[in-house]
Amino acid sequence: MSLAFDKVPLQLTVNGKPCAVEVEPRTLLVELIREQLNLTGTHVGCDTTYCGACTVLLNGRNVKSCTVLAVQADGSDVRTVEGLATEGKLHPVQEAYAANHGLQCGFCTPGLLMSTVRLLEKHPKPSDQQIRKAIAGNTCRCTGYQNILKAIRAAAAAGK
Amino acid sequence: MNNQAPKPEKGTWVGQPLRRREEGRLVRGQGLFVEDYKLQGMLYLQFVRSPYAHARIDRVDVSKALTAPGVLAVLTGAEVAARVQPFIEIGPGAQGKVIDYPMATDKVRYQGEPVAAVVAESRNAAEDAAELVEVEYHALVPVLDAELALKNESLVHDQNGSNVVWHGNFEYGEVDKAFQEAANIVSIGRMHFHRFSSTPLENNGIIATWDPKKESIHFLSTNSFPAFAAQFLSPALGVGIDQIQMESRDIGGGFGIKITTYPQMAVCALASKQLGGRPVKWIETRTEHMLASAHGNERTFLDTRVALDKNGVITAIESRHIDDCGAYPRYEPLGCIIWAQVLPGAYRFRNYRVDFTQVVSNKCPVGPNRGYSRMQHLWFLERVIDICGHELGIPTDEMRLRNYIRTEEFPYTTPNGCIYDSGNYARMLEIAKGLVGWDGWKEKQKQARQEGRMLGLGIGSTLDSGTNNFGQARIINAFAPYSGQSKAANVKLDIYGEVVVSLGSVPQGQGHETTAAQVVAEVLRVPPDMIVVRPGFDTEHNVYTGHTGTYASQFAVTGLSAIHGAAEKLRAEIARLAAFVLKAKESELEFGVGKMGPEVRVKGTDRSINYWGLANLVNVNNAELPMDMADITLNCRYVYKAPFAVPDVEKKYGNLTLTYAAQLHIAVMEVDRETYQPKILAYAAVDDCGTKINPLIVEGQVHGATAHGIGAALMENCVYDPEGNMLTATFSDYTPITVMNMPDLACGGLETPSPFSYNGAKGMGEGGAAPLHTICAALQDALYSRKIIIHDSHNSGDSIFHALQGDSAKPAPAVHVERRA
Ligand code: FES
Ligand code: FES
Repeated sequence: MSLAFDKVPLQLTVNGKPCAVEVEPRTLLVELIREQLNLTGTHVGCDTTYCGACTVLLNGRNVKSCTVLAVQADGSDVRTVEGLATEGKLHPVQEAYAANHGLQCGFCTPGLLMSTVRLLEKHPKPSDQQIRKAIAGNTCRCTGYQNILKAIRAAAAAGK
Repeated sequence: MNNQAPKPEKGTWVGQPLRRREEGRLVRGQGLFVEDYKLQGMLYLQFVRSPYAHARIDRVDVSKALTAPGVLAVLTGAEVAARVQPFIEIGPGAQGKVIDYPMATDKVRYQGEPVAAVVAESRNAAEDAAELVEVEYHALVPVLDAELALKNESLVHDQNGSNVVWHGNFEYGEVDKAFQEAANIVSIGRMHFHRFSSTPLENNGIIATWDPKKESIHFLSTNSFPAFAAQFLSPALGVGIDQIQMESRDIGGGFGIKITTYPQMAVCALASKQLGGRPVKWIETRTEHMLASAHGNERTFLDTRVALDKNGVITAIESRHIDDCGAYPRYEPLGCIIWAQVLPGAYRFRNYRVDFTQVVSNKCPVGPNRGYSRMQHLWFLERVIDICGHELGIPTDEMRLRNYIRTEEFPYTTPNGCIYDSGNYARMLEIAKGLVGWDGWKEKQKQARQEGRMLGLGIGSTLDSGTNNFGQARIINAFAPYSGQSKAANVKLDIYGEVVVSLGSVPQGQGHETTAAQVVAEVLRVPPDMIVVRPGFDTEHNVYTGHTGTYASQFAVTGLSAIHGAAEKLRAEIARLAAFVLKAKESELEFGVGKMGPEVRVKGTDRSINYWGLANLVNVNNAELPMDMADITLNCRYVYKAPFAVPDVEKKYGNLTLTYAAQLHIAVMEVDRETYQPKILAYAAVDDCGTKINPLIVEGQVHGATAHGIGAALMENCVYDPEGNMLTATFSDYTPITVMNMPDLACGGLETPSPFSYNGAKGMGEGGAAPLHTICAALQDALYSRKIIIHDSHNSGDSIFHALQGDSAKPAPAVHVERRA
């Protein structure tokens, strides 16, 4: 059952930079990001769309990149954790997580950051319920979520 | 080097909630996890796994897989067995007869056990080819229940002739006399602690590279106790332990579950050797992790009898415990003794008898999951005290206060010779009651009961014993060649005067880099951000001892003691050197930071020498140094030895752990009358881990451990069907706790400094058990009036519904009170 298919050419923008790649049709977006583009900040924690470690922004919306085929992202704008800091300066959401000990091992963090960025773009002053819902699809095994909630509230209070 | 003058707050760094230095790279997505590594010529390994829990392997045909595109090798269990020795077993006797190879050979013993491994140029190629491996099985009767395992009707390891791998009697005090004199005797039938795993978010990963010239093997892996893994790998692979190089970088959580990956490491090593030394990478999928990495120990408690005096003070407990370690004992049977670190829990009873058996089953092998072996035992004791309180009509808070060890009794020697360092459990209970609003909830409970609602308050008292004495392994195996506990650290002034700390610990989010820098900063009076810390286990570049790893709640004690010792040694060398250069007495010197960076100066003068100058004198410009200072290296290693002796093996008596952090939790729970879902209405967590080195990190550990416990109590459960199929082999089925199920925690603390650690700290981080008994106690309180006895550590809406209907698969135990006074 050898799966030798022709590769498919794709054009997409990743963290603001246009890129042209060729992928096997079965390639997942997360594989493209990690293996071909070498952006290893986006992680894989499960195989059933549960954990959200793979969360990226696809045309501004947070998606689980393990559940999107790379070919579906053709022509899209993709943002990953590597695209958050600008000129070495942390994005306010990154700063809030770091300042509030919103991470321990840091494996879930890139995905959570992307879900948080999306939340605050949509709801700059989110309610507690909105915060919880926004990260309901992001599993963290280390922090018990307490400091993540604190970090998100701090990021919202800081104005972004 | 950063030449900024420091602004030391309050003149101290230890004890401050300093932001972790790890955060910077991790929030940027620049952590380096095993899966992120790509090495030149790297190959990918994919396991072919058994769909059966118990089956004979009749035929393995790899011919189609071998010719698939990109495939370089396919290893079968039989081939692997021909090239390695079975892994050593820790236990003697029955367990010693278990034959544990890295892959299944004659039969498979749990669902997901590897039977073959495909190595290919890409992960996809390896996965595709793995599907082409044909295996013929002959299904056998699976052993899935500890009590049934004892009947030996089906054997997991045929040559053993029995499923029992360890058995021991533990008896302390005068148990029979206590029962004769008891005013009340409470008997409790079967209780059960379920299987779960803290499932770190990063799965296991290994890159093994064989060096044909040196005949050595390098592992970059997620293993969190590499010194231990090396001791298993060395005899199995037939290479000297010094030919095994271990390295770890960022690890995405561990919680003990990543300790027992040496079988997978062995297979990757053999594959790399076979393929001329090309690096072989294996990254576990979540389903593989759920099926075949490690689960926590499952334990069944039978025939429990409790002797109490007329005031409800427990005088003796006797019971029979059966621990299920899954298909291969591996780290076991250490769990058969480790619970004894907390034998009486937080309580004063002196008479105790337990008949302890460990069996194998056709489930995933167990590993030391956060709270390892103690949580099963503490859950048992908490159920006992809770059930006794209800049966005797003593309020559950009062019941605990009557039985707690008193604060003036510390250091307290337990019936089996462990020495509890310090604590104040009654005070913790008081703080927790205040935090949760106990009295208010008691009022609301009365009201709720009148309305027919099921609302309860529960208390859980937990000990997190830290810094284990490996001498306890001698109780299992008198010939075990290890004992005590140690950690090594190195602190040096590097050639340009940089302060460099090497740890060798294996952190997975516990902030070792930060606390290490805090300790050295304190000794040298240099701010932490001027100190370079090299964490991670690395046999080539960092320091280690045979005990090095991250386990047993100990870094704040053992790791930091080693770092402190090394920093003090360095400080003494610096002082001697500086006194010579500055022509002053050592007592006239002070340490700090000047315009030229970290320095030593003569108090009240402007005479100083900076670290660059000092390092230069030793490393570059040493003709200026007199010969009697040639012993100064500015490179100081220190090995911390915990003050342990070898326990008395016959009597099973001795000090098994150094420190005893404590957790006191209270939960308020309500069972929904329509859905039967248990819901947390309020939750308080009070922690005492002695003196805190970094309160921020401590708080994070408390939160995380509490989430694990809540998840385990209400959601997470490794469920097997009667054929031994794991029904919770994905996250979607296992449902690790999410933010939607996590209540807001009311946290509080108490600091009773440990007299046994230099810094007053107690190791912590494994208080993961606390919510299990706290939630069970709250559910007990909610349901006692409906004649429900909470007898399992896992409770869901479904199980509560069946209990109330009276049609549970495993009915509640009979509880009987014999009133004799
Ligand atoms: S890896 Fe995508 S949801 Fe878990
Ligand atoms: S910080 Fe480890 S999983 Fe979230």
